[in-house]
Amino acid sequence: MSKYRMHLLVCGGTGCKASDSDGIISNLEKHIKEHGLENEVQVVTTGCFGFCEKGPIVKVHPDNVFYIEVKPEDAEEIVKEHLVKGRVVNRLLYVEPTLQERVGQHKDMAFYKKQIRIALRNCGFISPEDINEYISVEGYQALGKVLTEMSPEEVIELVKKSGLRGRGGGGFPTGIKWEAARKTASEDKYIICNADEGDPGAFMDRSILEGDPHSVLEAMAIAGYATGAKEGFIYIRAEYPLAIHRLQIAITQAREFGLLGKDILGTGFDFDLDIRYGAGAFVCGEETALIHSIEGDRGEPTNKPPFPAQSGLWKKPTSVNNVETFANIPPIILKGAEWFSAIGTEKSKGTKVFALAGKVNNVGLVEVPMGITLREIIFDIGGGIKDDRKFKSVQTGGPSGGCLTEENLDTPIDYETLASIGSMMGSGGMIVMDEDDCMVNVAKFYLEFTVDESCGKCTPCRVGNKRLHEILTRITEGKGTMKDLEVLKELGEAIKDTALCGLGQTSPNPVLSTMKYFWDEYVEHVKDKKCRAGVCTSLLSYYIIAEKCIGCTACARVCPVKCIKGEVKKPHEIDQSKCIKCGACYTACKFKAIEKR
Amino acid sequence: MCPIKSLDELKALRDKLKTDIDVREAGEAEGNIKVIVGMATCGIAAGARETMLAMLEEINKLGIKNVTIVQSGCMGSCYAEPTVELRFPGQEPILYGNVNSEKGREIVTKHIKDGELVQNLIIGRPFETV
Ligand SMILES: Cc1cc2nc3c(=O)[nH]c(=O)nc-3n(C[C@H](O)[C@H](O)[C@H](O)COP(=O)(O)O)c2cc1C
Ligand code: SF4
Ligand code: SF4
Repeated sequence: MSKYRMHLLVCGGTGCKASDSDGIISNLEKHIKEHGLENEVQVVTTGCFGFCEKGPIVKVHPDNVFYIEVKPEDAEEIVKEHLVKGRVVNRLLYVEPTLQERVGQHKDMAFYKKQIRIALRNCGFISPEDINEYISVEGYQALGKVLTEMSPEEVIELVKKSGLRGRGGGGFPTGIKWEAARKTASEDKYIICNADEGDPGAFMDRSILEGDPHSVLEAMAIAGYATGAKEGFIYIRAEYPLAIHRLQIAITQAREFGLLGKDILGTGFDFDLDIRYGAGAFVCGEETALIHSIEGDRGEPTNKPPFPAQSGLWKKPTSVNNVETFANIPPIILKGAEWFSAIGTEKSKGTKVFALAGKVNNVGLVEVPMGITLREIIFDIGGGIKDDRKFKSVQTGGPSGGCLTEENLDTPIDYETLASIGSMMGSGGMIVMDEDDCMVNVAKFYLEFTVDESCGKCTPCRVGNKRLHEILTRITEGKGTMKDLEVLKELGEAIKDTALCGLGQTSPNPVLSTMKYFWDEYVEHVKDKKCRAGVCTSLLSYYIIAEKCIGCTACARVCPVKCIKGEVKKPHEIDQSKCIKCGACYTACKFKAIEKR
Repeated sequence: MCPIKSLDELKALRDKLKTDIDVREAGEAEGNIKVIVGMATCGIAAGARETMLAMLEEINKLGIKNVTIVQSGCMGSCYAEPTVELRFPGQEPILYGNVNSEKGREIVTKHIKDGELVQNLIIGRPFETV
């Protein structure tokens, strides 16, 4: 039994920290002291619980009570009521929207019910800044097992049999990659952890590094043993200060404990690693560009083959793996290939972490078994669409992925099915859209991102994407032609076929997939000069509905170009020739008398 | 901290540390013995906190696992505070009354460890909860 009777776990992920979880922690500690409970109750800062929508989260054990949206001022009540008197603070419990009932335990929450946590197993459960906590939950046991009981070949065989595939986007089988690095003879070999995470809106890898950095260090050492590498690098973007800080602590502690460095656990195996910082260019997440960046060259991709496993960092065999891929390794070693491969679909095993964002009720980080449907993620876990609006589309795979529709909602998702319906797994971004989102504009948004992020090395991507973006801009301004739509398609396909690296090869996906599923909307923009979502401002007009207008003059007063005329208490009118479509009148009208069309 | 020299050392360290966080797993586990200490104003005034700490210490001393200590509000037996309720999985709960620190330790050694009821302290089987 623990020295402490109660443990309070407080989320210390980037999101909750921004909502002052530090203040909660210091207030909790203060009040705990005031009530003389400091020898009974322990406050632990953990990684992300995933339920970011309702953060900051405080979890109380052993009662297993889950408090949401906690503010520093609430600390006193939690201490006085729950810790001292044993009474749960009801007002801080989560109201399950489907039941309209407050639920105290996270296992009763729909958000958690369909999740299986493997990569995120320790996030929100242990303190990421204390190696002792990681050790207490079987930490470094997998490394110990591998070093004492298994040959490198057996490790590779086990990972191959588990069916684990890369979580960085490509979905390449991890065991086969390790095998290739093992088989390339060389004195020096390297392991690289790809923590570049450049997709807009994605934060899976960051959360793992913030919540459970040791699992990645342990897995990198295991990969080193399997491939024959003695040195590793974690390539992380400098914009992740908290993840970097926790990694640094973790590395220092692991070295102190002899779990990194020379002669690990007395087995004669040496492995150490270091952090390398990226400046946050999307293309630097591509493995060859990443390697050049570590070498000190420009972060530009080069042709494959040779693959990094043959000739990577400083021309030595190198295995590049993603953060989430690594986080899966220790449980696979300890629980076995069969355990892991029992989860998921035929070709995609295990789980995938998604960063659920956009117009869903429960924005957050979710880990689900492969083969789950989009409907389950969006409607069961995500709690459905915000404000009871209608679902329109879901974007997966970030700037390389595509937009899917209602009819795809029941497809069991894995690497293959997503690719077959024109999107991809990608690294796990998932953005939900409702009827207020214009699909042409969404495609334009992603293209803007790729145009910015293209490294410029090859023409199809550098020039082609720029042309795609120009055409999309024309369409959203009502200047597009049917010919433009043809060019869009043709050019998109050509870029996919001819670009040098994965960035260019996938960048037309958002355009092509929206054209496939929302063709009507494109045609409307071109032929009818209309945007049904009311997003493309150039295609909009504001009208006053005479029957609803009471003549309050509010709109006329806010109109910056004074194009609204009318007498007091009589219906007003907008002079369309002068209107600049700023929308000020629309927001000003209290009587819903102004309409966008 | 000096380096860990072998897998056995690592396992020993894990076993030692495991107890530090088992409270968190106990929360998730269903099969634990639950010790519920009445900690409303009446209980606290009668010394429930001291009782609980003593029981906690005794449980740790004996190295007993799978016990969850939780506190509750007033259990309605204010005349017999401090009160301690014991719930073994799948059994009727037992309610002890007037449990001071010393008696708390006795409950740990007799009832929790050896499974014998401490007859003279039982004040009832708590009401059915629905
Ligand atoms: C433009 C581009 C960006 C990428 N960004 C990332 C990234 O941020 N993180 C990542 O792990 N992989 C990224 N990748 C994939 C890597 O090239 C590589 O396949 C991956 O790191 C391998 O690890 P895995 O097998 O564990 O997935 C990117 C690929 C491309 C083409
Ligand atoms: S596809 Fe784009 S990012 Fe990749 S090499 Fe070509 S220009 Fe650079
Ligand atoms: S604000 Fe609305 S109600 Fe008032 S004058 Fe304008 S349109 Fe009419």
